[in-house]
Amino acid sequence: MGGHEVYPDGAPRIGVYVCHCGLNIAGKVDVHEVVAFARTLPFVVVAREYKFMCSDPGQELIREDIRELNLNRVVVASCSPLLHEATFRRVLEQAGQNPFFFQMVNIREHVSWVTEDPREATEKAKALVAAAVRRVIFHEPLQRRRVPVKDRVLVVGGGIAGIHAALTLADAGKHVYLVEREPTIGGHMALFDKTFPTLDCAACILTPKMSAVASHPNITLWTYSEVIGVEGFVGNFRVRVRRKPRYVIEELCVGCLQCIDACVYKDARFPDEFNLGLGKRKPIYIPFPQATPRVVLIDPETCIWFKTGKCKRTCLEACERKAIDFEQQERIEEIEVGAIILATGFKTFDPRRIPEYGYGKYPNVYTALEVERLVNAAGPTGGEVRLRDGRIPQRVGIIHCVGSRDERFNRYCSRVCCMYSLKLAHLIKERTGAEVYNFYIDMRTPGKGYEEFYDRLLQEGVHFIRGRVAEVTDWAVTPEEEGKLIIRVEDTLIGVVRRIPVDMVVLAVGLEPQPDADAVRRMFNISCSKEGFFLERHPKLAPVSTFTDGIFLAGACQGPKDIPDSVAQAGAAAAEAMALIDKGYVELEPNTAYIVEELCSGCKTCIGLCPYNAISFDEARGVAVINEALCKGCGTCVAACPSGAARQHLFEDAQILQEIEGVLAYV
Amino acid sequence: MAYLYFPGCSLKGTGRAYEESLRAVFEALGAPLIELEDWNCCGATTYMSIDERQAFALAARNLALAEAQNPSPADRVELIAPCSACYLVLLKTQQCLATDASLCQRISTALKEEGLCYRGRVRIRHPLDVLVHDVGLQELSRRVQHPLRGMRVACYYGCQIVRPYALFDDPHRPTTLDDLVRALGAEPVDWALRTHCCGGSLTGTLPEVGLRLNYLLLREAQRRGADCIITVCPLCQFNLEAYQDQIRRRYPDLNAMPVLYFTQLIGLAMGLPPQALGMQRLMVPLIQPVGAFAKGGVHGRA
Repeated sequence: MGGHEVYPDGAPRIGVYVCHCGLNIAGKVDVHEVVAFARTLPFVVVAREYKFMCSDPGQELIREDIRELNLNRVVVASCSPLLHEATFRRVLEQAGQNPFFFQMVNIREHVSWVTEDPREATEKAKALVAAAVRRVIFHEPLQRRRVPVKDRVLVVGGGIAGIHAALTLADAGKHVYLVEREPTIGGHMALFDKTFPTLDCAACILTPKMSAVASHPNITLWTYSEVIGVEGFVGNFRVRVRRKPRYVIEELCVGCLQCIDACVYKDARFPDEFNLGLGKRKPIYIPFPQATPRVVLIDPETCIWFKTGKCKRTCLEACERKAIDFEQQERIEEIEVGAIILATGFKTFDPRRIPEYGYGKYPNVYTALEVERLVNAAGPTGGEVRLRDGRIPQRVGIIHCVGSRDERFNRYCSRVCCMYSLKLAHLIKERTGAEVYNFYIDMRTPGKGYEEFYDRLLQEGVHFIRGRVAEVTDWAVTPEEEGKLIIRVEDTLIGVVRRIPVDMVVLAVGLEPQPDADAVRRMFNISCSKEGFFLERHPKLAPVSTFTDGIFLAGACQGPKDIPDSVAQAGAAAAEAMALIDKGYVELEPNTAYIVEELCSGCKTCIGLCPYNAISFDEARGVAVINEALCKGCGTCVAACPSGAARQHLFEDAQILQEIEGVLAYV
Repeated sequence: MAYLYFPGCSLKGTGRAYEESLRAVFEALGAPLIELEDWNCCGATTYMSIDERQAFALAARNLALAEAQNPSPADRVELIAPCSACYLVLLKTQQCLATDASLCQRISTALKEEGLCYRGRVRIRHPLDVLVHDVGLQELSRRVQHPLRGMRVACYYGCQIVRPYALFDDPHRPTTLDDLVRALGAEPVDWALRTHCCGGSLTGTLPEVGLRLNYLLLREAQRRGADCIITVCPLCQFNLEAYQDQIRRRYPDLNAMPVLYFTQLIGLAMGLPPQALGMQRLMVPLIQPVGAFAKGGVHGRA
C-alpha cells in the first residue's frame, strides 16, 4: 500500500460499519469478530457494529463519526446495495462528504443467508470487508448527472388497471398514452356480468371509466396497437408503437354500425372473439356495443374483399362518413415519455392441458370465462344460462383450482378463483334454479366481505365438496347418470369416492402470465418471477416499482389479482409515476464510461459494440467520444478497448484490482 | 431390427394365446422374436411389495442376460416385454438402478456372483410401441388382407403400460391402440375407461371388488356398442374374460363380450390362420362381425 501522497484528497480515513440486521446477519456471522478484524485493516480509523445500521440511530452513528473523526471513506457491511446503497450514500452527503467515497458489502444475501456454517460465513464476511476497505481507498469524488424528465406517461394495457392508472394521471393534468392491443379497452372486466362480493354490475362501474378515457383531453388512446420498441432511460424513454390497420378511419367513424348491417354477409357467422367463440360476428364488426373507442373494424381473415378481391363492398356505400378505408396501412408512432406503467394483465389457464377434465371433448364442459359470458345480460344468450344444445342445466359442477395449486402446472394459488366460483354459483342458481356443486381443495376467501359472501352461498344451498376432482367422464354406471357428465372425486371430508352427475361443468381456470410476457419483459428490460409474472422491485416496500427506474407495474401482470387489488395497485403506480415526473429531473448514476484521449488509438472497436449507440468518433482528433447522457455504464467498451483508453467511473482498474487483492490477501 | 423377447410367466401359461399371436405377427412382419435364454421371473408379483431389492435383482438378471445375448450389431439391446407387469418392473428396475448408486452397487455384486454384469444398454419395449412406432401404422395397414370393416373395438390399455412411465403414449388419454385399430380397418369406440383398473389380483382376493371393476369395464364396452375388447396385458385379458360367468351371476345385464389380445386382432386382419393366433383358446369366442375378414370362421373351432 502506497503512502499518503498517492491520495489526492489526503490520507484515507476509513470507517467500517457492520450491521446485525437483527438476526439476519448476526445469527450466522460473528459480527464482533468482523469488527475486530476491520480495526486491523490499513487506514481504518473506526469500526463499529449496530443492530440495524439503516435505521435512524444507525445512520446518525455514521454521520457523527464522519464529522468527529474526519472520516473520508465509509464501508458498510450489511444487505444488498439494491436495498440500501442509496440510504448510506445519502448519509455521507448529509455529513458533507462526497457520496461516492462509499462501498457497500453484502454480507446478508451473499453470506449469512446462503452459507450453512457460521465459521465459514464469518471468514467470508471478513474477506469481503477487507476487499471493500482496499477498494474504497481508490474511490474518487463523482457528481451525479441531472437529467430533465419528460412529463408524459405511457400506460400499456387497457384493462381495469391500465384504465385506472391512465385516468388518475390524466386527472392530475399529466398527458397519458394508453396503448391496448385489442380493438377495445376494458380487458377481462368487460367480460363480466357481476363482480364479487358485492354483485355490482361490472358494466355499470367499468363502462363510465372507459368512456371517460375516450373523452379525456389528457389521454391519447391507441387501441389495436402494440408497443414494439423501447429505448432510453428513466425520465426519457423513446417508445415506438405499432398501430394495426382496422381499415376504418378512427377519426371519422361515429359508431353508427350501418356498415355492419350492410355487409354482404347477411348473418353473423364467424366466431366472435369477445364472446370467446360462443357468439358470432361478421367480418366488419364492433367487439361489443359499449366498446371503447366505438369504432368498427374489419377482420381481413374473414372479409371477402381481402380474401378474394371480389366483393360488392356494400359497407363502403353504407358509410356516410366515408370512414372505411380498405387501403389503410399500419402506422408506427414514436413518442417520448418520462415514465411507463405496464398493466398488461393475464391469460386464463388452457384446460385442454388437463385432458381428464374433458374440455374440448365434452361440449358441456365450459371455462369460467365462457360462463361469465353466458350469465352476462349483454352476452350471446342474453344472460340465460343455456347449454350448447339449448337445454337449461339442472345440475352444475364447478371445479376449482384448474391449473392452480397443481405441481404439474402452476404451484401458486390464483387468488381469484374461489371468489369468482362463488359468484358464478350464485348467478347460475339465480338464473336456472340448478343444484350447484363446488369442488374445492381449500376455500380461500380473505378480503373485505368475501367470507360473508361465502356464508351467503352456504345459506343459499350451494353444495361444497372438498376434494380435487379426478376426472369428468360420460361413463354412466347408474340409470340416473345416463346422458350426464359424471364428476369423480374423493370427498376428503367423508373419505369416500363420489360420482356426481351434472349437466354442466364449469372449470375455474387459474391465472397465468400473458403468453408473450417474456418478450415484453425483455423489451422493457424488467425481470420476471419464476412463474413468469413481472417482478416488483420489493414485494413489500416497492410493490409497483421494477428494477428498471421509471417503469412501474399495475394489475395482474405482476401476479394474480382481483379487481380491488388491481385498481389499488394502478393508483399506486400512477402516484409513483407522478412523483417522478413532478420532481422534474432524475439523477443518474455517475458510473459512466469515459475515454482517456491520449491512449485512444482510434481503432473504433468500441463504437460498434456499444448497445446504446453512446459512442461516436471525432474525426478531427481521431478519438472515440462517449455521450454521457446515453451511456448506461454496461462496461462493454471498457472490457473491449485494446489500448485501455476506455475506462469507467466506479469500476476503475485500480478499484477492481484492489478489491480482488483484498480478498486474496485475506485468504 | 432384431428383437429379444422376454415372455414372463403369463405368456407361457394363461396368456399362451398372447405369445402365439405375438410371435405369429412378428414372424409375418419379417422380424421373428428371439426368446431370451435362461430368463427368470421378472420380479413382479409379491416380490416387489415384500422385498424390493430381491425384485430388482431378479429383474436385473434378465436385463444382464439381454445384454449378453444381444442379437443386434448395435450397442443397445431391444428387449420386448409383452406383459404389462413385466414391462413395468423391468422399467422400474432400470430407472432405480440408474438413479440409486448404492442399489446399483449391491445389484452388481449379486450379478457378479453369476458372472453377469448390467451396463444399462437395454431398451425395454412394449410390443404395442414397437408395432406402432418401429413397424409403423402405414406398414401394418399395408399388410392388412382382411380389413376389419364394421367391427367396433373397445381399446383397453390397462394401468401399467403408460403409467408411471409414459414412454410412448399419453398417460391419461393414450391413443396408440385406437390408431392401430383404425389402421386395421376397424372402428375404436370412444369410451372413458381405457386406463381404468381391471382389479388385478383382487378378482381372487376380494372378489366383490375385483368382479365389480371388471363388470364396470365390460358393461361400458357393451354400452358403447363394442364387438370386442382388446388388451395388451395377460392379467387384464384373464380378468375380463375368465370371470364373465361369475360376473353375470351378480349382474345379469351383461352380455358375452369377447376379449382379445391386440396381436390376435392384428393377426386376423393380416389373414394369419386363427389357429396360429390362439383364437381357439378364447373362452368367449369372437362373434362373426360384419365385414369380409372372417369368411371361414375365426375361432378355429368351426
